[in-house]
Amino acid sequence: MSTAPDTRAFDPTAAGAGSGRKILQTSLRPARVILYLLLALFCIYYLLPLYVMVVNSLKPLSEITAGGMMALPRDWTLAPWQSAWSTAQVGVEATGLRPYFINSIIMVVPAVALSTLLGALNGYVLTKWTFRGATVLFGLLLFGCFIPFQIVLIPMARVLGLIGLAGTVPGLIFVHLVYGIGFSTLYFRNYYAAFPTELVRAAQIDGAGFFRIFWRILLPSSGPIAVVCIIWQFTNIWNDFLFGASFSDFDSQPMTVALNNLVQSSTGVKEYNVHFAGAIMAALPTLLVYIVAGRYFVRGLMAGSVKG
Amino acid sequence: MGFLDIKQATKSYGAVQVLHETNISIEEGEFLVLVGPSGCGKSTLLNMIAGLEEITTGEIAIRGRSMNGVKPADRNIAMVFQSYALYPNMTVSGNISFGMEMHGIPKPEREKRIAQVSDLLQISHLLDRKPGQLSGGQRQRVAMGRALVREPDVFLFDEPLSNLDAKLRVDMRTEIKKLHQKLGTTIVYVTHDQIEALTLSTRIAVMFGGYVQQLGTPKEIYDNPANMFVAGFMGSPSMNLFPAKVVSADGKAAAEVKLADGNTAAIPFANGMLSSSVGRDIVLGLRPEAITDQDGADRNSRAIHVVNAPVEVTEPAGSDTFVVSQIGGKDVTGRFRADVAVNAGETFPFAFNMEKAVAFDPQSENRIV
Repeated sequence: MSTAPDTRAFDPTAAGAGSGRKILQTSLRPARVILYLLLALFCIYYLLPLYVMVVNSLKPLSEITAGGMMALPRDWTLAPWQSAWSTAQVGVEATGLRPYFINSIIMVVPAVALSTLLGALNGYVLTKWTFRGATVLFGLLLFGCFIPFQIVLIPMARVLGLIGLAGTVPGLIFVHLVYGIGFSTLYFRNYYAAFPTELVRAAQIDGAGFFRIFWRILLPSSGPIAVVCIIWQFTNIWNDFLFGASFSDFDSQPMTVALNNLVQSSTGVKEYNVHFAGAIMAALPTLLVYIVAGRYFVRGLMAGSVKG
Repeated sequence: MGFLDIKQATKSYGAVQVLHETNISIEEGEFLVLVGPSGCGKSTLLNMIAGLEEITTGEIAIRGRSMNGVKPADRNIAMVFQSYALYPNMTVSGNISFGMEMHGIPKPEREKRIAQVSDLLQISHLLDRKPGQLSGGQRQRVAMGRALVREPDVFLFDEPLSNLDAKLRVDMRTEIKKLHQKLGTTIVYVTHDQIEALTLSTRIAVMFGGYVQQLGTPKEIYDNPANMFVAGFMGSPSMNLFPAKVVSADGKAAAEVKLADGNTAAIPFANGMLSSSVGRDIVLGLRPEAITDQDGADRNSRAIHVVNAPVEVTEPAGSDTFVVSQIGGKDVTGRFRADVAVNAGETFPFAFNMEKAVAFDPQSENRIV
């Protein structure tokens, strides 16, 4: 549980790395240089698309059509960004991506929060309050993780119609919630399996009930796995296109679908600079989540693999 | 009716009965130790008292109130776990006050009691730390503090010392005993360590195979074991159990045993023991301290009998030397004084104190006399 200080103390890269680097510098210099060159090359290769997107989103359309895709802008301009955000033609209306960005936020925040919370609750029940058939139930939940999206499209459309959520943002939240529970349960169940049951028993004797134990004892100790779960769910739900395209109306489309509509608009000229700006906007939130929580992601994925 | 009554309680998981009918009645202020090897049902019984496991049949009552179906929180008990089970996300004072908070005790009262208990256990300087920052012994104290602060009717200890290193374990054992003498609380304590059982308890229940083999004071258990299991389990080194035949020698019953050199020896029983059972095969039980060198024998005993037997191994242990000889095909250990010159391979006089002898039936393994 509270192993964070311990793992840091045993981190080989933290303290003892100085001496190791010294040895490498003196004896392995040429190999080192080649290695760094190679890494730099890979870096450039992977960053090139981002460079193209950023550069082209900051220049007037004429510069792109003139053939200067790779060049830096001669006229720096934020107009493509403004256009993509608030005035560009998306589908039939010239609203820009803003309303759809908001749709996505309204969709992704509750979907991530609820699926994570329910996953934690499931994991808690499946490990600490096991009942007859718990393993079978967990197996079925796992099975749910691996069903291809396409298979559930039609049954889901029918269900959404029946409960009156077809073509709405809450409908999309529902779909993502249902699909997300399998994964979040998997994460939390495996995490809580290593959580000492004696703690739950101690809390029972202390007088805490089912939910009190969950809120006060288990959840506060679930930081690393919660971060992993949130990143995973956020990325998946934000980037989802299929469910967004299938179950939304014009006014409830998420960002991904709107971006597609922006790029596919068949009227007028193709404004590549606006498209690039829109694509970056669509990618920014996930990028942000990774930067803020990324280090926990790696740590969380490793949690449990080594007993610390 | 006692303070804590276990009446005909049993526990089964499906078709497997892990605890057979058990009756134990504990008075207020008693220190009962449940001792036995792994899987004997002692922890199950403790968990049943705690309410963490349901009772299959029978009843458990505290202060005359039946506890069947009562939630652990409403039984007015406190428990100390083997792993301490401290909440990792809370500070020491948070850990100690959690139970009181759950029971709706107001904050000023909680703080007063935390101060009292932490003072008693000398953990006042640790109150703001997290369990991860404590040593094993400190965690142990906090776990006890969490139990003490509740002022429960019954304390339950589940192998609380088994995670400590040897020296600390002995220290904490003494502290628990002191605490019990000071507070006079009722304690049920589970351990597999027979020394803990003998030193701490006012009464011991020796358990094996889901049965209570014997319930009694430490002295009763040690001197008068009810069967061969209890005899072999309690005491260190354990009681010598070796086959013998009851014969008649000089008009008295005696135990005829086979020595390693092929000779037989007849050791007369004390006080007319087994005089009516001549010819019967028995298992003779003698504690190592009842098999000594001649000068080390108990001077108050009137039934010392000396047998010359070949020495197989000597184990000097500082204060004593343990001397092993084969009798009736079993290793029999005697406790000799440390400065006795005895060497492996030679034949040496062993003094048997037959006043301490007990006899068991080889088939049923139960005590005869």
